[in-house]
Amino acid sequence: MEEIIFIEKERFHDAALKCRSEGYDFLRSLTGMDWGEEGLGVVYHLENTETAGNIVLKTLTRDRENPQLASVSDIWKGAEFNEREVFDYFGIRFIGHPDMRRLYLREDWSGHPLRKDYDMESNPLRMTNEETADTTQHIEILKDGSVIKHREVLFDEDEYVINIGPQHPATHGVLRFRVSLEGETIKKLDVHCGYIHRGIEKMCESLTYPQTLALTDRLDYLGAHQNRHALCMCIEKALGIEVSERVQYIRTIMDELQRIDSHLLFYSCACMDLGALTAFFYGFRDREKILDIFEGTTGGRLIQNYNTIGGVQADIAPDFVAKVKDFIRYMRPTLKEYHDVFTGNIIMQGRTKGVGVLSREDAISFGATGGTGRASGWACDVRKRHPYAAYGKVKFDEITFTEGDCFARYMVRMKEIEQSLDIIEQLIDNIPEGDIQVKMKPVIKVPEGSYYAAVEGSRGEFGVYLESRGEKYPYRLKFRSTGLPLVSAMDTMCRNAKIADLIAIGATVDYVVPDIDR
Amino acid sequence: MEVKNREYIEEMVRELKASGTNVVVGCLDEMINWGRGNSLWPLTFATSCCGIEYMAVGAARYDFARFGFEVTRASPRQADMIMVAGTITHKMAPVLRRLYDQMADPKYVVAVGGCSISGGPFKKSYHVVNGIDSILPVDVYIPGCPPRPEALLYGMIQLQNKVKAQKFFGDVNRKTDKGDAEAGRAHRKDR
Repeated sequence: MEEIIFIEKERFHDAALKCRSEGYDFLRSLTGMDWGEEGLGVVYHLENTETAGNIVLKTLTRDRENPQLASVSDIWKGAEFNEREVFDYFGIRFIGHPDMRRLYLREDWSGHPLRKDYDMESNPLRMTNEETADTTQHIEILKDGSVIKHREVLFDEDEYVINIGPQHPATHGVLRFRVSLEGETIKKLDVHCGYIHRGIEKMCESLTYPQTLALTDRLDYLGAHQNRHALCMCIEKALGIEVSERVQYIRTIMDELQRIDSHLLFYSCACMDLGALTAFFYGFRDREKILDIFEGTTGGRLIQNYNTIGGVQADIAPDFVAKVKDFIRYMRPTLKEYHDVFTGNIIMQGRTKGVGVLSREDAISFGATGGTGRASGWACDVRKRHPYAAYGKVKFDEITFTEGDCFARYMVRMKEIEQSLDIIEQLIDNIPEGDIQVKMKPVIKVPEGSYYAAVEGSRGEFGVYLESRGEKYPYRLKFRSTGLPLVSAMDTMCRNAKIADLIAIGATVDYVVPDIDR
Repeated sequence: MEVKNREYIEEMVRELKASGTNVVVGCLDEMINWGRGNSLWPLTFATSCCGIEYMAVGAARYDFARFGFEVTRASPRQADMIMVAGTITHKMAPVLRRLYDQMADPKYVVAVGGCSISGGPFKKSYHVVNGIDSILPVDVYIPGCPPRPEALLYGMIQLQNKVKAQKFFGDVNRKTDKGDAEAGRAHRKDR
């Protein structure tokens, strides 16, 4: 169980500023909460990137009619989208937030779905087209305590605004951008999420713990193993279960295979977006080899449903070790071929070098973890910061670049494939004997308290925050999306870039939209 | 690929030909349908997990180009069919409907995966459409979560068979008075 420091809402902004000045520069997770009678509130997970120390803060308001809390979006940039999410889910307005709009649901949605008293039938399917507002709201509190609401203009009437998405081949799913252009140069970019918002967090509140596992695979389907690993780890931590060495090894190998799978898909799609169709076929051809290995052991190709609370679903297939070794032997020379086909290409280099730069400070402030953060020089790998499973036992390098441009983001992922192969190579021959499943009770009840666990997903830190009241259903389950910080940084990366660069930036940032919208 | 469960298609053909067919029109029909069936152009449309399997079908190992599907179109105005691969949410539903409306007749819809058929694992969610057949008329359903590439190919070939059995002149190529969505809804009630 975690220690949570409670701070009164009046003092919260000052306390947050103090934490920031003490070096807590990375806002890992920001979770809205409905504590019923106690009120509505927010839980903040902070990390010091120098020392990897963590603290957890919370604040709450008792006013359910018109809840208001202080915004911390001026301290951590990553809070901006997260606070919009909390407003959308719980109706908490953040004072000082520059852009208080809904993030996922339609503008004309009534009510806030993650409140415990939300009526599930209150919003029937509407087939009318959604009107997109060009203005937003900004709430300011004056010294005498009175609140004033400002109307902020997002896009002026005479601005040239084009709409990209939600159905566009280069947005990698149903993400939508509104882009203000001056000639070919991007002046402003507004992200619209929610086209694949399935309300997974709300659904989890009425599912038993083993049932919630099934939904994690469908968040970021290119990190299915890792997502499920994070949730299993969180529940195991809460129950105080130690899984066997064998399970730790299998989970680590599976996570790394999944990472290679995801990076191969990244390579394929990034190349296709930049016009290299042949590379797309190369990546998919080799990805199938990993899917075959998955299928042999788990029975699933894309979505495997493999990890369980206290172990894994089934033991590894008899030919698993041999197949993985074959794959490693095959993959190393093939990577060279990839570089020959695409990386050295002059057009590719011209379109990615120096384009869409994200500075280290911004990456930390946005919480843009994964390959994107490491390309900007931020060593943000959870496997190194907070080793879990078998990662403490293996040697591997954390790939970092300093340029922070599209090319660096691309190269980080290509080099991470090699590191993942190294990790698997160190483990594959030494899988210890042992049980694959700790015996669990048929009904799992997690002791009261709140818990956080994180893994390094394919595209950043994937965290699970669980609050339990000792029942067989979670009271609140929040998934720290790997993609949300990435899209919140899109505006910063795209400013003053050309419209064609938007495609290169989007391709190399490598977000998966169902993971953002959840 | 051998396709089983052909009975309903044969039934369709029998029904169509029951009243007799003009020799010239019938021959033209057969020729046009041969061409239409073997060059169905799908719209590049995917919302979530099933979309990745759909991409896998397009890539080297499964390669739907073998069956004439290779020209995926980014514009609905050039597409013959839409593969609804993934969950359709309340926010996406009007967009999907608009994409469908922008496609030129004759057009076909394939519902891929549990989510687009019934809501799938997200059936109880507050923001998921429980089956796209409440907003669009669906021609082929491909169950699975996500369906295997072989299942996708099987469904696509079933659609080809359906296209080849239709009357092009005076039937599918003619606009009906009844709205398509209404047709879809009526179809749903029947089941």
